[in-house]
Amino acid sequence: MTSAPALVVENLRKTYGNGVEALKGINLTVQPGDFFALLGPNGAGKSTLIGILSSLVNSTDGDAKVFGISVNKHRNEAMKLIGLVPQEINFNQFEKLFDICVNEAGFYGVPRKIAAQRAEKYLKELRLWDKAQHQARMLSGGMKRRLMIARAMMNEPKLLILDEPTAGVDIEIRRSMWQFVSGINAAGTTVILTTHYLEEAEQLCRNIAIIDGGRIVENTSMRNLLATLDVETFVFDISGTLGDLPTLPGIILRRIDDHTLEADMPRAQDLNSLFAALSENHITVVSMRNKTNRLEELFVRLVENGRHDNDGSEKAA
Amino acid sequence: MSTSTNLVALQTLVRREIVRIMRIWTQTLIPPAITMTLYFVVFGKLIGGRIGTIEGGFSYIQYIVPGLVMMSIITNSYGNISSSFFGAKFSRSVEEMLVSPMPNWVILLGYVAGAVTRGLVVGVLVLLIALFFTSLHVVHPIITFLSVLLGATIFSLAGFVNAVFAKKFDDIALVPTFVLTPLTYLGGVFYSINMLGEPWQTISRINPILYMVNAFRFGVLGITDVNIWVAFVVMLAFVVALSIVALQLLQRGIGLRS
Repeated sequence: MTSAPALVVENLRKTYGNGVEALKGINLTVQPGDFFALLGPNGAGKSTLIGILSSLVNSTDGDAKVFGISVNKHRNEAMKLIGLVPQEINFNQFEKLFDICVNEAGFYGVPRKIAAQRAEKYLKELRLWDKAQHQARMLSGGMKRRLMIARAMMNEPKLLILDEPTAGVDIEIRRSMWQFVSGINAAGTTVILTTHYLEEAEQLCRNIAIIDGGRIVENTSMRNLLATLDVETFVFDISGTLGDLPTLPGIILRRIDDHTLEADMPRAQDLNSLFAALSENHITVVSMRNKTNRLEELFVRLVENGRHDNDGSEKAA
Repeated sequence: MSTSTNLVALQTLVRREIVRIMRIWTQTLIPPAITMTLYFVVFGKLIGGRIGTIEGGFSYIQYIVPGLVMMSIITNSYGNISSSFFGAKFSRSVEEMLVSPMPNWVILLGYVAGAVTRGLVVGVLVLLIALFFTSLHVVHPIITFLSVLLGATIFSLAGFVNAVFAKKFDDIALVPTFVLTPLTYLGGVFYSINMLGEPWQTISRINPILYMVNAFRFGVLGITDVNIWVAFVVMLAFVVALSIVALQLLQRGIGLRS
């Protein structure tokens, strides 16, 4: 049982009562200990997939196995292994933080004494212990997100599913949450993350699946995916006023304003030739940065390609 | 889950429900006490004083006390579970339970136990208030307890079914207003159905609340309008039927899972 993948999704389909086909035969495998990104635009099917994994949504066809245990056939056994941080706030806002955590553990059959110890541990780790006896409605948005992570840890799951856990959270809290989840993953918990902050996925995740229109359009390692990116865009802050732009083979230069320049460059090309050309044209670079997150570019491209392919196949049919 | 883990889950759910009842005690415990005090003053003392004895040599206030206690138990059990479970649906905190490994019967039993607890606490409160207005001697304690327990269970289950189907708060107010209250008032709380002519006496026998009120009245006063065995068979049948319906709804995820 220990050698079983953390998650195997087999030909999973979901058609809602209104006829919307949210999942069109998804296949996916997540290995134990992985930090896995599940990305996709709004309405792609991510939440439906997570809903099926957590048994909140009934699948139309196919199955999912959590560490070899079928969600369809042995729901209760499979649910013991999962911790879920949902997209929407879903705790009773009038309950105290401590009670929310202890009750959650109780639902998984964890005795109250152990549950209380775990609640203290995770609320402290997520910097919520000083609020433990406060009603949840008193918390800020970021605190509520952290509370949901603490709650999801109460059964000490082998598979932690985070559905946009950092949505609407400021960068400081977001980073502290990344740190916590990374620590959980390093300790052996498999993590599946959906997020709209693609730098989050790029920094944290080792493997990635991109879902769009109910289908997986990419499923590979983060390293392999990023390696397919052949063009990067850099932004240069210029000292003084920008004059005429040099012409360089393979590099596209654009003037953004009198003090800012953008360059689209093939990944294979070194930056020295660009700096030399800029210097020859008396353009002094003060600072430079990547214009967009690398994963973001790939994401947009893959989703757009997938849609063009779908359009083509529909027309051909 | 094993028996011990199911027991932990059940204890957790019951404790949570009781904490909720106590947290909002001004909404859960005080209003029925005030309402019933008014009933005892108006119907029991002021009007009842002019009626004299009604049946079995009991004064009118003694006659209506069991009915009013049962009415409190029924409405509070129903109200507790329907508002608590629908509230959990509304706030989506029901998902805490739905994604857990808790079996459906534990979820149902936990909520029913919480609602029955509130019904019993309110019942005891109302009974204590009644003792300020009249004297009572419980004739059959076991029948009294069983009838209260079954009555509270039936309406807890009914409230749960209502909450599962409810889509907005109005939906959980409809049944108490348009079904529960008329059935309770016409269920022999304030009068004996022997006072009614036909066909009203026969029609009254279709009302399940009649059997609960009379079973409880038999337990407390030793008088009843219906056969006590029939009353218990009817109540048990409702418990079984509503349990099956509620478990089926949970199993199929009606109103809960997509």
